[in-house]
Amino acid sequence: MIKLVTTIDINEAYAELQHAEAGGLSLFIGTVRNHAGGKSGVVQLDFEGYEPMAVKEMEVLAAKAKARWPIKKLVMIHALGAKKVGDPVVIIGTSTAHRKDAFESCEFLIDELKKSVPIWKKEHFDDQTVWVNAHP
Amino acid sequence: MEIKLFGITKDIVGSDIISVPEDVHVGNVRELKSWLYIQYPPLKELSALAIAVEHTYAVDTTLLEKSNEIALIPPVSGG
Repeated sequence: MIKLVTTIDINEAYAELQHAEAGGLSLFIGTVRNHAGGKSGVVQLDFEGYEPMAVKEMEVLAAKAKARWPIKKLVMIHALGAKKVGDPVVIIGTSTAHRKDAFESCEFLIDELKKSVPIWKKEHFDDQTVWVNAHP
Repeated sequence: MEIKLFGITKDIVGSDIISVPEDVHVGNVRELKSWLYIQYPPLKELSALAIAVEHTYAVDTTLLEKSNEIALIPPVSGG
């Protein structure tokens, strides 16, 4: 399951990962924290995506992960729009026969998503807004 | 030729699209980036700037057709 959504449903992701041959299921949930770059006061994040390309890039990463680990089920869901502190914004999950493959493939997918999937976040602090990673 | 904009590039240009005038010839990604940097110098200050053609990351030598879907991809920050 690969998609962009307005609101992340953790139970839907968990249900999707069920597989009779999977003895290990790894879920990573990225959430909005209240600080960034050593500065407190983050109140909101706005996520924007180039939707068709973001889905395509996530599919490319899923194919790479499936070629490398024996994955039974895979979930990559990213939220777009305005998110408040504590909200889930991304959920990555893999289920495999044994836990090591689940941990490793899940870590690979979130690391690579952050490098290549065309999604952008703007941090709203109580006194300014910043497009993350835009400038050196 | 139209270029879709996202994230900070939208703020820099003040629009979500750039229309490259008919009389400007940009045959590949390198030429497009040179033209964009002249038109919008703040783009040069970004950490990186990629171009996507048909939803795929392009390289400098990727050829551009007027009918292509082209987008500016500033540094991503999902997750």
